[in-house]
Amino acid sequence: MFFVRSISLLAVLVSSPVAVLAASESEPMHFSSQEIELPSSDRTFPDGPGAEAINNNCLACHSAGMVLTQPKLTKAQWTETVNKMAKVYHAPISPEDSAAIIDYLTNLKPQP
Amino acid sequence: MILQRTRPPLLETPFEVFDEGVFTPNDRFYVRWHWASIPSAIDADAFRLKIHGHVEREVSLSLKDIATLPRFEIAAVNQCSGNSRGLFEPRVSGAQWANGSMGNARWTGVRLKDLLDKAGVKAGAVQVRFSGLDEPVVDEAPDFKKSLDLDHARNGEVMVAYAMNGAQLPLLNGFPLRLVVPGWYSTYWVKMLSDIEVLDKPDELYWMKTAYRIPDVPGANIKPGQTGFKTVPINRMVPRSFVTNLRDGGSVKAGSPVALRGIAFGGDCGVKSVEFSGDSGASWFPAELGADEGTYSFRRFTGSLPALAAGSHAVMVRCTNTNGLVQPIEAVWNTNGFMQNGIETLRFQAA
Repeated sequence: MFFVRSISLLAVLVSSPVAVLAASESEPMHFSSQEIELPSSDRTFPDGPGAEAINNNCLACHSAGMVLTQPKLTKAQWTETVNKMAKVYHAPISPEDSAAIIDYLTNLKPQP
Repeated sequence: MILQRTRPPLLETPFEVFDEGVFTPNDRFYVRWHWASIPSAIDADAFRLKIHGHVEREVSLSLKDIATLPRFEIAAVNQCSGNSRGLFEPRVSGAQWANGSMGNARWTGVRLKDLLDKAGVKAGAVQVRFSGLDEPVVDEAPDFKKSLDLDHARNGEVMVAYAMNGAQLPLLNGFPLRLVVPGWYSTYWVKMLSDIEVLDKPDELYWMKTAYRIPDVPGANIKPGQTGFKTVPINRMVPRSFVTNLRDGGSVKAGSPVALRGIAFGGDCGVKSVEFSGDSGASWFPAELGADEGTYSFRRFTGSLPALAAGSHAVMVRCTNTNGLVQPIEAVWNTNGFMQNGIETLRFQAA
């Protein structure tokens, strides 16, 4: 009912050896430093009016995936969300781009 | 894992994992981050946990310091406030999780109370605020911080975990330290915990005052469009239960008894009973409970339906917790998609 894509988490978790807990409580936990490659995405929003605005303004903070799995929302609902991104989360979006992004999102045709 | 969002990562546990046992393996445990600036490398020797604010002495503890404190261990379910949001009707916005933004682990570490005692909480303290190493991409955006009342923070169960199912935490699950708040939603289980601040007045920041609020009504359950209720920060979990050995829309053999197996949890207390119904809730039969791994853990249950005639069938399952709270027959609804715990119905074919 919504878009999901399986990935192998193991491929993401390229890390140092994982320290395990000693069986005996008298022996404290030893830790090993961790380094992973965080997942990244080069997916962009599908073409259409306003696609440039949404790609330029939104992808710095989050990838497109979750936006494209949202249910059909009204213009008022998308306005509220985009305003929250700008006012509460301080996304630097110009008023012109904001209007284009709201229209783009309102016109999305989500999978049921 | 099911990828809900790549950056910052939202990874959902595939539901079949819950059939394999009551503890969720670390590499199958769901992942949820708010902000995309997440350190991709953490030096175990250089890491420090700072405890400050309304305390006698500010302290900065290394992982070695923490590992020498008395060890505490507890099995507890970690469930996202919005688990099952993607199944809400009418649908609501937010991460469209199915039922897999939850997991159960054995958490090992130290009691928060013991850490607070290292700093010495001053008289007049009311809350404790927690923050991790993750940061907003835009500097001015509200850093993710959550708070608990002081009495809760010092109750001897709230803990700082350095191990999960016997191994250090995976980085995506909060290495090296994660706050564990048994019985409470995961929004409080701050990952990569690096900062503990004792407050002498209630937390008024965004993530407590504005975000993660629920309608202050039983079960956080309202009607679409309903207004005129107060809101409070989300808090204690409520009971849930799931059949795990059958798939919705799957099929079983007609004419043979149908074995049922699943998991239940009581929320903020233990599981008293689990019952199932094959007749849309007209009659309920007790399931047998498996080993008790602890008050806040998943609990295995088993049962069986009598031999079924060929055709469509459904099984419902409900948990009653040790406080006497039972799952509601109707699905929960609210605008944020929080606190779902309606009775699950699984439909299948006998053929």
